[in-house]
Amino acid sequence: MKKVLIVISFIGLVLTIVPSILVFKQVIAIETHFHLMVAGMFLWFGTSPFWMKTKSLDDEEKA
Amino acid sequence: MQTNQPLAPQGAGSTLIDRLDALYEYDREPVSEKKLHGWKTFIAMFAGEHVAGTEFVLGPLMVMHGVSAKDFFLGLLVGNILAVLSWAFITAPIAVKTRLTIYWQLKKIVGPYLTITYSVFYAFILCLLSGAMVTVAVTSISIPFGIPNPNYVAGDVLPTIPWVLIAVVVGTVIAALAVLGFEKIATFSKICAPWMILVFFAAALAVLGKLGATNFSDFWDVASNKIFTGVPIGDNSKYTFWHVAGFAWLCNAPQHLGMSDVTIFRYAKSWKQGFASAVGMFIGHFGAWIASGILCAAFLADGFVNPQPGNIALYGAGIAGAVCVVIAGWTTANPGLYRAGLAIQVATPNWKRWKVTFAAGVFMIITACIPAINANLDRIVAYNALFFVPLGAFVLVDVWLFPKLGLISSFTEKSRKLFSWPAAVAWFGSFFICFVIYGKDHLPWMERMIGDYLPRWVDVIQMDLTYLIAPEYILASLMYLGFSYIQQKQKKNVQLIQEGGLL
Repeated sequence: MKKVLIVISFIGLVLTIVPSILVFKQVIAIETHFHLMVAGMFLWFGTSPFWMKTKSLDDEEKA
Repeated sequence: MQTNQPLAPQGAGSTLIDRLDALYEYDREPVSEKKLHGWKTFIAMFAGEHVAGTEFVLGPLMVMHGVSAKDFFLGLLVGNILAVLSWAFITAPIAVKTRLTIYWQLKKIVGPYLTITYSVFYAFILCLLSGAMVTVAVTSISIPFGIPNPNYVAGDVLPTIPWVLIAVVVGTVIAALAVLGFEKIATFSKICAPWMILVFFAAALAVLGKLGATNFSDFWDVASNKIFTGVPIGDNSKYTFWHVAGFAWLCNAPQHLGMSDVTIFRYAKSWKQGFASAVGMFIGHFGAWIASGILCAAFLADGFVNPQPGNIALYGAGIAGAVCVVIAGWTTANPGLYRAGLAIQVATPNWKRWKVTFAAGVFMIITACIPAINANLDRIVAYNALFFVPLGAFVLVDVWLFPKLGLISSFTEKSRKLFSWPAAVAWFGSFFICFVIYGKDHLPWMERMIGDYLPRWVDVIQMDLTYLIAPEYILASLMYLGFSYIQQKQKKNVQLIQEGGLL
């Protein structure tokens, strides 16, 4: 399950950066890039909190 | 065996000092060996912390100040390398040697009263910077409501009432979350970091074509002629290589030269992990500044005015960009306000933390409604560095140099004093001297006040604020060394040292 979530998260990141390269290369319109970035944002924030390690140094020290 | 448990100073029992000690109680002891961390932790931490709301402001500021492409890229390269070297060769070695937080380190060296002074001023600057981040968030939230962002360059001194109302709402939410604690927000900001970095780069890349670049090989031409043109916009002063290099090196000076990051690096296995800061510097203060500079230039070239963070992010990345600005502002403001609340709490007469945090929040909201603050964020950051770096110089001199010169390290703690006069004179003296050198040429009120009384040799020294930080560091070190020598060679102290009372 965790691996699936990680893959979806990375798809989210790919959708964030790759469309801008395609806009630069004049393959897609900038509006499409905006829409794909929103999709990437939802994929990233919908999955990354479930697998990312986020403990701070102080948390670990207190623990 | 050396103990790091501080002795109770003479005359202690002051509730102010007790409360401050209690606040930092859990990190009183040096970090134990099994709690140490490797490279990965520090790389992730620096990568996350240095892509923040401020990056949306600083890149455009450089464009507005008319820096040329060559000066900008070279300045960033040199400045960021110097910042990394400062972390690696100054901060991290001290942190690994003592393994104490900056609070306990300072208390041993300068005494509790100056440490409280440090906390109060630190709280003030944190409120100011949190206010700037509320502004960043509001510039984005105001867009769907059709509320114009204040344009400082065009002469807007205050925002409109609807804009202020949004700032009040955003500031209140941030203050409420800060009252509840900032751990959850800190966790959230770590999740945001990789995505935010990519939003910066994606937004910049998407608008490069609008500036006339059709290929990556066009970049330098476009950067030189359309982004970093070398011509200031509006009434802004002209920035050069030295401004950029100085600013890139010293915008985090309180953290490296000022030593506040010893609190983080005390967990490092080796001082070499100070080089992990390179990741944060070159993604955040190199890549993200370039990206936000590109966004600003493309926005202006398209005929828009007032390149505020929200506007430029929406322009380059659509809704995702606008959300990124809100998150960047929010996740930077929240921990800042939380820490400010903690710092002020110790200096108030038994106020509850929620009351103090809300009081700090009110100040934060007021500062958010002053457009001049974000327009002069580089100045504020420079003042911040100028004020706090002398304390880092004292730590360096006290820990490394004193034993080699036969002086006693942590003399204030060992002699059970509450106040270190050498540190006080060196801190405020070095700051005052540098402030006067800057102010005599840049602050009209000071020019009027002292202009006629300055000796010729002082008058010829003309330096910008950022250029003064390194000389101030050296001046503060020499003053602290000299005054500490005088203090420790006083008859009563010599006697105490000879009796072994301080060793």
